[in-house]
Amino acid sequence: MTKPVVIVGASMGGLRVAEALRRFGYTGPITAIGDEPYAPYNRPPLSKEVLAKEVSHEAVAFAQRPATEDVNWVLGTRVVSADLEHKTVTDSNGDTHAYSALIAATGLRPKRLQVPNGDLAGRHAVRTLDDAIGLRAALVPGARVVILGAGFIGCEVAATARKLGCEVTVVAPGVHPIVRPLGVELAKEIQRRHEAEGVRFLMKTTITDLIGTARVEGVQLDSGEQLDCNVLVEAIGSHANTEWLEGTDVDITDGILTDNAMRAIRTDGTVHEDVFAIGDVARFANPIFDEVARRVEHWNIPTDTAKRVGQVLGAKLNSAENWPSVLDEQFAPVPSFWSDQFEMHILAFGLLALADEVKLIHGEIDGDCVFGYYRAGTMVGVCGIGLRSTVQGYRAAIGSLAS
Amino acid sequence: MTIKIDVDMTKCQHYGQCVFEAPNIFRLNNDDKLEYTAEADDSERANVEAAIDVCPMQAIFIVE
Repeated sequence: MTKPVVIVGASMGGLRVAEALRRFGYTGPITAIGDEPYAPYNRPPLSKEVLAKEVSHEAVAFAQRPATEDVNWVLGTRVVSADLEHKTVTDSNGDTHAYSALIAATGLRPKRLQVPNGDLAGRHAVRTLDDAIGLRAALVPGARVVILGAGFIGCEVAATARKLGCEVTVVAPGVHPIVRPLGVELAKEIQRRHEAEGVRFLMKTTITDLIGTARVEGVQLDSGEQLDCNVLVEAIGSHANTEWLEGTDVDITDGILTDNAMRAIRTDGTVHEDVFAIGDVARFANPIFDEVARRVEHWNIPTDTAKRVGQVLGAKLNSAENWPSVLDEQFAPVPSFWSDQFEMHILAFGLLALADEVKLIHGEIDGDCVFGYYRAGTMVGVCGIGLRSTVQGYRAAIGSLAS
Repeated sequence: MTIKIDVDMTKCQHYGQCVFEAPNIFRLNNDDKLEYTAEADDSERANVEAAIDVCPMQAIFIVE
């Protein structure tokens, strides 16, 4: 019997790579193993539109195409280990799955606050559908919500909670919200617009402990101040889910290191021919920017890296004659993301955090505006509030840096 | 052969991600609102499917 291609992870990346394998001509068996009980669904609305309405799997499930109808989805099951020598993975039920090729699409999980009095109800993360269902139920009018972390997700949840009638305080160690990728000027303006809507920010502050016996009743701040709350949202970044590859020779220093064909790289620098990584968990160099391998947690990355694996692995499994030339093709996806917060529609391309210079290039800071992000004088990113067509106009220039 | 394209405008948030995948079908107008061509040659199918994949709101459909 032909061994299947095994995809570990059944979220967007897992679905997209199954589709891509079919599109590039692979007709053999595919097994996708995912720890959540749900078929692949769309995460971004979970901190935005969907959180503001009713959260259900139906509202966010991806449509599935005929080409992937025969994929064997093993859901509610976590892969716990891999034996890359014998080409098997073992799941949480103790079942072993042999593979012809292995695709890691295990993504991230939220970092959680570690405090002495941490074992309380009322703590929330924002990643999965179940997280969103739990948080939605807690965001009732008048709820006192503390959000730890002022990145994109923290700010999106702040805006959504405020619109739902909650009292919202954002606690974060930085100087301004989202300041690391966006730069001070735009970050300050985003903070100003949040404050105008009634969100309170306690910046340069962290939470040292929680107050309460069974439920969260407040937070202890490092300033000595205490803050009452009955909902705590933790939006403090993510861990890459790579524990299942511990004990193998894959470089999992920060996510899974891959080459430009998304093939996993061993700690000795050599390449696994039949182990791939895609999406948030993959760390790869993008020729647009430089030779530094990075994990990129942006919307288009699961889809673009899945296509790349479909192209490479599809050609390999079909013993296609163009196989070597497929490998030599340059993979240089332009990072793309957006964020909705109150009336702000933020759209960005590139890697803003690489910039050493940020300039307002269109509009006015207190209205619709576009900022350019430059490294050594070359544009590496663009970000706008509104003015989407203008922002889009810079995408090609950023992408062309690869050639 | 032609394909029919439908966008659920109650879902669409005009993010414009589709524009790059199928530029012959989707565009943002001067008000940054999405406009699209509802019928196209079958040769556009792959591009439209790519646009469906990248739509943050999953609001694009091919009507079979």
